[in-house]
Amino acid sequence: MSDAFTIGFLTSVLAAAMMSGSAILYAALGEVLAERAGVLNLGVEGMMLMGALGGFAMCYWTGSAELGVLGAIVVGGAMAAIHAVLTVSFRANQVVSGLALTIFGGGLSAYLGASLVGKPAPDRFSRIDIPLLGDVPEIGNILFNQNALVYLAYVLVPLLWWFVFRTRPGLNLRAIGENPATADAMGLNIARQRYVYVIVGGGFAGLGGAVISLATNPGWAENVTAGRGWIAVALVIFGTWNPSRVAAGAFLFGAVEAGQFRLQGINVPVSSFFLNMLPYAFTVLVLVFSTMRTRRLRIGQPAALGRAYIREER
Amino acid sequence: MSAPATTTPPPPVRGWRLERVSKPSIAAQILVPIASIVAALVVGGAIMLFAGENPLSVYREMFDGAFGSNYRRSETLVKMIPLLLTGLGVAVAFRMQLWNIGAEGQFYFGAVFATWVALYGFADSGAWIVIPAMMVGGMLGGALWGGIPGVLRGYLGVNETITSLMLNYVAILFASWLVHGPWRNPDGFGFPGTEIFAAATYLPTWGTTRVHLGLVFGLVAAVILSFVLQRTRWGYEISIAGNSERVAKYAGMATGRNMVIVMLVSGGLAGLAGMSELAGIGHSLQRELSPGYGYTAIIVAWLGRLNPFGIILVAFLLAGLLVGGEQIQLSLGLPSAVAPMLQGIILFFLLGGDLLTLYRIVRVSATGAAS
Repeated sequence: MSDAFTIGFLTSVLAAAMMSGSAILYAALGEVLAERAGVLNLGVEGMMLMGALGGFAMCYWTGSAELGVLGAIVVGGAMAAIHAVLTVSFRANQVVSGLALTIFGGGLSAYLGASLVGKPAPDRFSRIDIPLLGDVPEIGNILFNQNALVYLAYVLVPLLWWFVFRTRPGLNLRAIGENPATADAMGLNIARQRYVYVIVGGGFAGLGGAVISLATNPGWAENVTAGRGWIAVALVIFGTWNPSRVAAGAFLFGAVEAGQFRLQGINVPVSSFFLNMLPYAFTVLVLVFSTMRTRRLRIGQPAALGRAYIREER
Repeated sequence: MSAPATTTPPPPVRGWRLERVSKPSIAAQILVPIASIVAALVVGGAIMLFAGENPLSVYREMFDGAFGSNYRRSETLVKMIPLLLTGLGVAVAFRMQLWNIGAEGQFYFGAVFATWVALYGFADSGAWIVIPAMMVGGMLGGALWGGIPGVLRGYLGVNETITSLMLNYVAILFASWLVHGPWRNPDGFGFPGTEIFAAATYLPTWGTTRVHLGLVFGLVAAVILSFVLQRTRWGYEISIAGNSERVAKYAGMATGRNMVIVMLVSGGLAGLAGMSELAGIGHSLQRELSPGYGYTAIIVAWLGRLNPFGIILVAFLLAGLLVGGEQIQLSLGLPSAVAPMLQGIILFFLLGGDLLTLYRIVRVSATGAAS
């Protein structure tokens, strides 16, 4: 067993970590946007599932994985729109609305996807070796021999960080989540902005689902996300609503997930049931430590998170 | 609300606006859930049309499957039992705004503890000993699994929604490990699952049906909970804490401790559901003991307005939806996922409809005065 932990083994785990981590990462980045705008969306799991199905179905019909991604984003955004209508316009309880979205997405994707189970994917995102960078020993294999969706994540994370912390619209976004009354007085349209960020966030979740159904394990199966949407929600807390910290967390989770799969592959003397528990148990542990840390450093969640903004009742 | 009003309010817009009503009308409280179910069936039907099904025949088949004969009505009662117990558990937590979505895992952990009692702890005891012991075991297992997110939330402030959900996966994997490994029936032809329990563990059933004593557990639990929530100081404390944790703390209530107790009760009820499903129906621990009762419980609790008696009614209706879902799977070859799909839509409409119960629409004149 000892020879299993070689450089080659580690490289392969870390390379797989980037791939499975990017599915969670997209979903978590979307949730960062929604929560920064003050809307908690616990429907990530449902949106991811519908995104995974929508992406695969689109790819199956058109034969193009790129169009599949587009389909996944649209489906994810449409799912999120339900949550936006209920929580922003109808002032519904955000927790329960999100749970409803997850239950609905799970049921709807299983229902609509029943005929696609086990169908082969006509197209998928395969690895693209980047010249020069891909040739760097180990690092090249881990970071630069990935599929296009992983590369897109590399670009999006700094871009989103810059958007949230360094641009005017990003400042507005943070204002809406921290103090919507003041943002309202500044002339921002709270409802419209919340709609936009919730729906864009859903598009990200759909994209995360597409990473699974079009790249990591191409195809469709019922409940294929297996709780990754929930892990994404936990990562937002871990990453203190900051895109770059969230990215670090997502790849850490990718490593746990990829690691446990690889350990099963080399027959470690631990039951696969316990190895399968690792990502979930790890999420609980990480959540405990990150909660203690944010409390100590007094980094809170966006102050208006979870509350409907009602102008007359400020 | 609690946002500091340091800025001048923007001028009111002319047109319509919503005004909170002080007390929702009884009629709205009854009509909105019914209208939500009807609207959800319409939207669900539209989705079925899109998928190429005739919704009317699907619904007829579902209704027939759930309520069409004495046997089918009794099967709906059978499915109602776990939904009632888990729904009550979820409702206790939701009353305190503790979003326990871990009923599924608590159900399995209760079943695991009850299995230990039946197969190892009290294997050779009579029914009067082993059944109560299994009940205690089931509640302990569920309470333990609910207590973990409870302690983490109550004393460390860790988000209970995510931890309780993550523990579902851990519990189900743990139960799967048991039935594939150490507890696997040696005479089970290689199929995962424990051996069949002794007859003394079987809950009494009603006539020739499979309706078992678990129904009584659920009804008694509903009555007790209703009393505790509405008539005791503790019930008052948790509803205050549900409305505002700050107010509860200010009034000197031990919110952290109450959170733990609520999660123990919530998990204990889900664990009892696992035990009764095991002792009433399964008679051996299997991975497939629950088709997701713990998730449906969320819908049951919210649709029942977190009221124990409302939950009895809703548990029956949603059990019918589950049985109807299984029926269309058997007779029409449709995925049973129609049931959770409809559950989600019902909840959407209920949430949207709440606006109509909690607010009324008022017209605002140009000067900003409501008229």
